[in-house]
Amino acid sequence: MTTTPTAGRTTAVAARATELSKIYGQGETRVVALDRVSVDFRQAEFTAIMGPSGSGKSTLMHCVAGLDTFSSGSVRIGDTELGSLKDKQLTKLRRDKIGFIFQAFNLLPTLTALENITLPMDIAGRKPDKAWLDQVIAMIGLSGRLSHRPAQLSGGQQQRVAVARALASKPEIIFGDEPTGNLDSRSGAEVLGFLRNSVRELGQTVVMVTHDPVAAAYADRVVFLADGRIVDEMYGPTADSVLDLMKQFDAKGRTS
Amino acid sequence: MFRTALRNVLAHKARLLMTVLAVMLGVAFVAGTLVFTNTISDAYQKSSAKGFDQVDVAVRPKYQESRGDQVGKLSDLTRATLDKAAKVPGAASATGVVSGFTAVADKDGKLAGGDWQSNGGNYWGTKDARYPLVSGHAPHGAGEVLLDSKTAERAGYRVGDTVRLSVNGPVLTPTLAGIFTTDDGNVSAGGSLALFDTPTAQKLFGKKGTYDEIDVKAAAGTSQTALKAGLDKALPAHLAETTTGKQLADDQAKQIADSMSGLKQALLVFAGIALFVGTFIIANTFTMLVAQRTRELALLRAVGASRRQVTRSVLIEAFAVGAVAGVAGLAAGVGIGAGLRSLLGSFGASVPDGPLVISPGTVVAALAVGILITMLAAWLPGRRAAKIPPVAAMSSVHAKATTKSLVLRNTLGALFAAAGVAVVLAATSMDTDSAQGPMGIGAVLLIIGVFILTPLLSRPLIAAAAPALRAFGVSGKLARQNSVRNPRRTAATASALMIGLTLITGMTVMAGSLQTAIDKMASSAIRADYVVSMANRSPLSPDVATRLAAADGVTASSPLRNAESRIDGKTEFLTGVNGSAIGKLTDLKVDEGTFTVGGSQIVVDKDRAKENGWAPGSHVTAHFEDGRSRQLTVAGVYEGNDMINGIMLDNKVLTPHLKDPADMQVMVKTAGGASEATKTRLTKVLGTNPAIKIQDKQDISNSIAQIFTTMLNMLYGLLGMAVIVAVLGVINTLAMSVFERAQEIGMLRAIGLDRKAVKRMVRLESLVISLFGGVLGIGLGVFFGWAAGELLGTKMPTYELVLPWGRMAVFLLLAGTVGVLAALWPARRAARLNMLAAIKAE
Repeated sequence: MTTTPTAGRTTAVAARATELSKIYGQGETRVVALDRVSVDFRQAEFTAIMGPSGSGKSTLMHCVAGLDTFSSGSVRIGDTELGSLKDKQLTKLRRDKIGFIFQAFNLLPTLTALENITLPMDIAGRKPDKAWLDQVIAMIGLSGRLSHRPAQLSGGQQQRVAVARALASKPEIIFGDEPTGNLDSRSGAEVLGFLRNSVRELGQTVVMVTHDPVAAAYADRVVFLADGRIVDEMYGPTADSVLDLMKQFDAKGRTS
Repeated sequence: MFRTALRNVLAHKARLLMTVLAVMLGVAFVAGTLVFTNTISDAYQKSSAKGFDQVDVAVRPKYQESRGDQVGKLSDLTRATLDKAAKVPGAASATGVVSGFTAVADKDGKLAGGDWQSNGGNYWGTKDARYPLVSGHAPHGAGEVLLDSKTAERAGYRVGDTVRLSVNGPVLTPTLAGIFTTDDGNVSAGGSLALFDTPTAQKLFGKKGTYDEIDVKAAAGTSQTALKAGLDKALPAHLAETTTGKQLADDQAKQIADSMSGLKQALLVFAGIALFVGTFIIANTFTMLVAQRTRELALLRAVGASRRQVTRSVLIEAFAVGAVAGVAGLAAGVGIGAGLRSLLGSFGASVPDGPLVISPGTVVAALAVGILITMLAAWLPGRRAAKIPPVAAMSSVHAKATTKSLVLRNTLGALFAAAGVAVVLAATSMDTDSAQGPMGIGAVLLIIGVFILTPLLSRPLIAAAAPALRAFGVSGKLARQNSVRNPRRTAATASALMIGLTLITGMTVMAGSLQTAIDKMASSAIRADYVVSMANRSPLSPDVATRLAAADGVTASSPLRNAESRIDGKTEFLTGVNGSAIGKLTDLKVDEGTFTVGGSQIVVDKDRAKENGWAPGSHVTAHFEDGRSRQLTVAGVYEGNDMINGIMLDNKVLTPHLKDPADMQVMVKTAGGASEATKTRLTKVLGTNPAIKIQDKQDISNSIAQIFTTMLNMLYGLLGMAVIVAVLGVINTLAMSVFERAQEIGMLRAIGLDRKAVKRMVRLESLVISLFGGVLGIGLGVFFGWAAGELLGTKMPTYELVLPWGRMAVFLLLAGTVGVLAALWPARRAARLNMLAAIKAE
């Protein structure tokens, strides 16, 4: 079990948070959601963010993904500093450089599966890279259902469409917010398998928030958050090792 | 359940706002109408009662019916009758009344009263109790006149000034002897009243030695009925009719009430249209609220609420909404009523003062309309709510709207629409009077059919807009798909707009076609350069025709002199013309014989010839009003129209038989044709008389157009309310859709759709829905306009359908503008949506 710092690794960084803080409210109602968090998400790495409810794991992801504003510190996606960006520029950044997978699938019911997959390119007014698109669709295994509407697909199939949508525009980084939260274990395993394959075979960068040790075990690295701070980190996790670590936190939480 | 329902209303305040506004507008329209008409008729009744203060019994001439060859006429009320009336026991005094049209020119030569409110009368003796003098003295002789104080002030006349006025043509210039005040309704409504001494008035108004009415005042202690009985005994029954002052006041009050109830009904029809449009919005709102609350309602069912209780809870919500809207509408209606009155005042048509009348009936009507309409419209959504199965509460997935098949609906709609079209088409081939009923029924059926079919129609029509929307990229694509996503909702929203536009377009098509038809009729049959008439269409003195005939540059002229006669024991109206000139002044199609008027030769229009079995060569004996007769020969049969028709004979034959020749108009042809200089010359010939209109063909066209423009503008204003309600409906639907699609919009924002594009998406959806309603409305309106025109066309040979393309483009533009404006707020909301809250899973 390695919990040592990772200074030795030298791969390029896809996203980086430095001294990131997020504070809600003022005075007595002041809540610190993120407390000077510094973390790197390296290219071609699959990172899982874990932590109990209210630990700030979702807030961290939202801030790094440009969905939410932060109080202080800095966030970089590639070479772009997010703190100074206006809403319009942030939107453009999300459109061009970031892919999203949500717990509730969030497909547009009026569009077919294929149209949902190419939606980010449609928004940008770009033509999708045909070869790449075919490759992604083949990997996801949805070729027969491209003209179906979301209502005609199962939950697992819908989430696979969502994964394809995130991959299709070749973003620099993909964020997933409990992507398997609404799926049964088999569909969940499939989706996580696709995500891991996209990292291993296509060199994609993925960051995923989850509370499921089994899901976290698909990642290359797990970052643990509690009370708005990073409390631990683990490389090459397995479901058991993650569970063990979580139990330790739980026990610590109870005794302290 | 009651508490739950009320909590729901409070929880959805913002979402119910548009519904409340829509109902409120309709209710305000109803309440405003009631308050306004009640107030006005109350004020008029009070003022008219005051107007009869001076009259205890009115004696009026009796009409002697036409009998045999004798032309009917009014009996003469002479000085002898008046003296007899004054001597009846219980009579304190008797006043002879003479009245007629009198135009008074202000210092600029313009008419001081309106065309229709320039009146004249007589000042009785040296002190007339009806008209208290403010300054000056009673008029004496033809050289003196009195004016009411308002007119004198408006026209800038002072006692001693020379007043220019005209009764039936020639300009008179008497001296202003005095100024009086009066309660006369016409005067308080902006008209003018000029008074002469009695002999002058009798002479000017063509009633030498007679009166229009004799007002008898009762002595103290004598009742009106006793006085009436006395008068009835003293005056020959065939000569005079008597009526008590109270009866006169009651009659007038009733007349006012009748005319007000006509206005009231007309306004209520428009209020009804606005309310009808409102029901679409109410139904839409509650349908959406129920859909959004599916899980909540299912939970109620799961914990033991019965279906009826669920329906009732929705209806209680509707009741609360209706009650709030009713109260607000009532308050707004009172404001509208008060506002309308002062608006009328500012237009110069001042109405008598009086308190604002808010009757209990108005209050009840406003509240009942608000509550009933809302509950009625919410009834179907309420029933649908009851059908939600309890298990829906357990399902974690957001319940999908049941996409029930539209097959039944489409079949029903097609049946209605087909029946409507069939009935309307059948009605167009019926004769005008009996076709009105079927036409109305057909129109209603068709409108209902189209309502039911709108969901079906929405797909192809909105698909037709796809190429245009594609230009807006992904926003356009999403907007198009969102607009057909829930066809029922889109349909209800578009229908609301459709109703207003159908009516507006239909009216415009009809008015435009009618105007063209009348215009054509007026100008095609006339060859004269000018038509001269009195401003209020009252008869002209023959003097006018004589002067015009003698004027420089006039090549031909003829009066149209009206007279009554008896032919074969029937009353026939004769038109006396200048036989040698009439052929040059008119251009009437001659069916049979020749258009010859002169001596005993006459021409008759086709309808009369057919009715009486006349043909060229027929002999006709006309009995004139003086009792003498003359045999005439039909020379020709012509096609008449609404302007020129009837039996035409030469004035040389007709005039000697008339006591008071009076001309309806004089037609004039000049050497140089119509020009500004000619008109000025003719005006001068007639003494620059403000009461006389000299119109060339263009003026006639313009005055016809003016009438139609005024009428249309009023209709636009009234129907505008329905359009405003429809706009609220579009806002409502969009706001609710944005709310429902919050999660989707959040996702779109997350994956990179910027605020501008989100706004554009909502705006385009709104535009598409509004234009859809606009296209449907304009289409239906044109159809109805055409159908109504087919009916009118049978009566009017010159009628043809005129499609007002420019106006229709404006209406479509209006629909588009409605869409863009309605989307302002919902689009803003969509763009401001909290992305994180929206994308979070439930």
